[in-house]
Amino acid sequence: MTRINGEPINLVISGVGGQGNILLSRLIGRSLLKKGYLVSIGETLGVAQRGGAVMSNIRISEKMPFGPLTPEGKAHLIVSLEPLETLRMLSRYGNPEVTTLTNFRPTLTVDVLTRKDKYPDYAALKQAIDTLSGTAFFLDATAMALKLGNPIITNVIMMGALISLDMIPLTREDIEAEIKASFSADRAELNLTALAHGIDAIAAGT
Amino acid sequence: MSTIAGTTTGAREMMMGNEAIARGALEAGVQFVTGYPGTPSSEIVETVARSARETGVYVEWSINEKVAAEVAAAASFAGLRTLTAMKTAGFNVALDFLAHLGYSGLGKHGGSMVVVVCDDPEGHSSGDEADSRWFAQTEGAPLLEPDSPQEAKEMTTWAFELSEQFNCYVMVRSYTRLSLASGPVTLGRIPEIGKKAQFDTSQETISPYMPKPSHVRQHQRLASIRPLFERSRFNWYQGPEKPELLIICSGIGTRYSLEAVGALGLEKSVGILKLGTLWPFPTKLVAEHLARTRRVLMVEEVDPFLESHAKILAFDSPAVSKDLKIYGKDSGHIPAEGELNPSIVMKGLAELFGLDYTIREADYERKISTAVDKLLINRGVAWCPGCPHRASFWAVKQAIRKDGRDGFPTGDIGCYTLDVYPSGSQQIKALHAMGSGVGLASGFGKLAQFGLEQPVVAICGDSTFFHASIPGLINAVRNRANMVLVLLDNSATAMTGFQPHPGTETDILGEAAPVISTEAICRSIGCHVEVSDPFDIKGTTAKLLRLMKEDGTKVMIMRRICELVRMKEERTFPFKVWIDAEKCRGEKCSFCTRFFKCPALPWDRETGKAVIDEATCVGCGVCVEICPPGAIFREVTA
Repeated sequence: MTRINGEPINLVISGVGGQGNILLSRLIGRSLLKKGYLVSIGETLGVAQRGGAVMSNIRISEKMPFGPLTPEGKAHLIVSLEPLETLRMLSRYGNPEVTTLTNFRPTLTVDVLTRKDKYPDYAALKQAIDTLSGTAFFLDATAMALKLGNPIITNVIMMGALISLDMIPLTREDIEAEIKASFSADRAELNLTALAHGIDAIAAGT
Repeated sequence: MSTIAGTTTGAREMMMGNEAIARGALEAGVQFVTGYPGTPSSEIVETVARSARETGVYVEWSINEKVAAEVAAAASFAGLRTLTAMKTAGFNVALDFLAHLGYSGLGKHGGSMVVVVCDDPEGHSSGDEADSRWFAQTEGAPLLEPDSPQEAKEMTTWAFELSEQFNCYVMVRSYTRLSLASGPVTLGRIPEIGKKAQFDTSQETISPYMPKPSHVRQHQRLASIRPLFERSRFNWYQGPEKPELLIICSGIGTRYSLEAVGALGLEKSVGILKLGTLWPFPTKLVAEHLARTRRVLMVEEVDPFLESHAKILAFDSPAVSKDLKIYGKDSGHIPAEGELNPSIVMKGLAELFGLDYTIREADYERKISTAVDKLLINRGVAWCPGCPHRASFWAVKQAIRKDGRDGFPTGDIGCYTLDVYPSGSQQIKALHAMGSGVGLASGFGKLAQFGLEQPVVAICGDSTFFHASIPGLINAVRNRANMVLVLLDNSATAMTGFQPHPGTETDILGEAAPVISTEAICRSIGCHVEVSDPFDIKGTTAKLLRLMKEDGTKVMIMRRICELVRMKEERTFPFKVWIDAEKCRGEKCSFCTRFFKCPALPWDRETGKAVIDEATCVGCGVCVEICPPGAIFREVTA
């Protein structure tokens, strides 16, 4: 993929409360700031820990600090830890050129458990995301994380995949440095492994 | 974790608005910080607390916002620099004191006091989207509103200087899209602080009584602040000398206005007057700009506060054109409810210039609508797997049903508020402010003489009990109201991030603190008190049923620690839980998934049976108690 040519670049990260969106937006924000970019991050947390939809708007500029919310229909890149949340973000920020990167691992809602709602058919959901994206990437980062022994690193695997797309001005080395600075040695190692797996996932054309 | 006080001077860091406010206070040499938790304000006090050991700043979670303001004011009367932080709802609680403090000032050798109020436009985490700025006017408090984390830091530091210079508290208005947003902040120096507290007893009583002279003094104070605000660097203008249209904005409206003007290519026609000092209203500055244009668009969150003052000013200013039109909330160009975003400003601006503003091409928009209609479902919030509240409300429901008199709960503010959502048991029938559940129940409990035969059950949490429920409970006892208070004690202020409160063993710094017993308080005022573990659903139901049938004001404490706090401390799964698919009656029962609604107890569409989701189940084992055919099993983990 080519670098996004936007001023500002609008990146959206979404998921379900507890999946670790905020860690991603913070790692990205801190790394970009070190490279001289003006970054604004808007987070919708609400009662995030209790299973709600969560969203981070990351706006990257070389000129001025933008407000923390992206205008409707103006996302360049949507990274989502859950497919229904990709669709939710497309409905607000999507456009024919947008790139999406989805962890295709549905998390059911409580209304699905009580049969008030039905979770959409997986194939139809994937098809819709594909239709509404300029380019759509899918991977099962949760399965990869479980294979590595811990579902908690799903988010960092997604970070690896995001980096390998090379669409935002961040390199693997930038994020590796930030991970090393943010975690204790053993946790940093697990996260670096997760990052590497995410990078390989896209490179292998998953 | 490193603390913000340890970060190097001159460095540029990504900071949340709340962290920037805390940093600004530290750079001003703040010595004393108080508050009560509430989203989106909690991180201000927490950030200061994290650095308290290095900085020597005193920090406390107070019992409620009024006491927080009083505690902070005392330190300012003794000459220190103090800050108190709260969300809008809590600001209402603090206002009784702050209204009087706005008259009295901070005393003869006062230090300074900054009151940070975090509004929640859109009500992301609140029951209202009230605009606290009007109160600055009512209380006679100088008011600042920052537009970014950087400005939040600088304004907070300046607020202390203003407060000290003019001997009054200064209000800083934050809001969700500042408090919880992050942006680059350049750090300044944190001074060495060692100021000794001393209260001058030779001075007159610090008090607004008599009101009239102190009201005059308040107005004189505001009049002397106004010239400073007229030339403050936090107010600026950008754009042509005589703009075709002038945007007047504050707070996050500034960032969105800058973006909207750029996106629509209107830099040559539109000027932006950004206001950071809102009260006293900088009339001279605004009047000068109003005189240079014929059209104005007001961009602010939530109420038309600046808009109202700009209109009054236009009426009073001879230099302003008679044709001047001021657009905004009143004209409908900016919505009167909800938070702002850049699209809203672009749309309003485009309309005023007769420009086309299309978010997306019709074809793509159609595709979006089709996908949304067919596939997109809502993702509501729910109590966590293992949450004691799910079991507590189950017991309340059983007790009310068995009692048979069509009883009902009144509610309160905390995680248990989720009861009213589809994921809850949806029993609470009235839900308002902190402590209101008890006050309402005290009222319902006096309606028997007018024929009301339904029993009422008030529900409040442990932190809420201390915050605002005790007066309501005393009122009920004193007036012989028939009611049961169900006190859900999960040993934390869970909703806002598990902060400690007077009933928990440690304070904000994690140090041992005197524990205040909820049952001792309730018993001492004459309530019959019962305590139960909500995971013993049958026992809890039976106890509550007995209390409901008794006359008088009774208290039922349902005590079990918040599962998230327990998991963090113990990191264990108490039980291994599984379902015997043979015994599960499937769709014709589905009692567990349809009514108990634990996210870790989903439904397998293919087999038509309930299953345990191993990724999210925390092994609390309480579902064993509610399964009618006894198909759920648990085994103590080693």
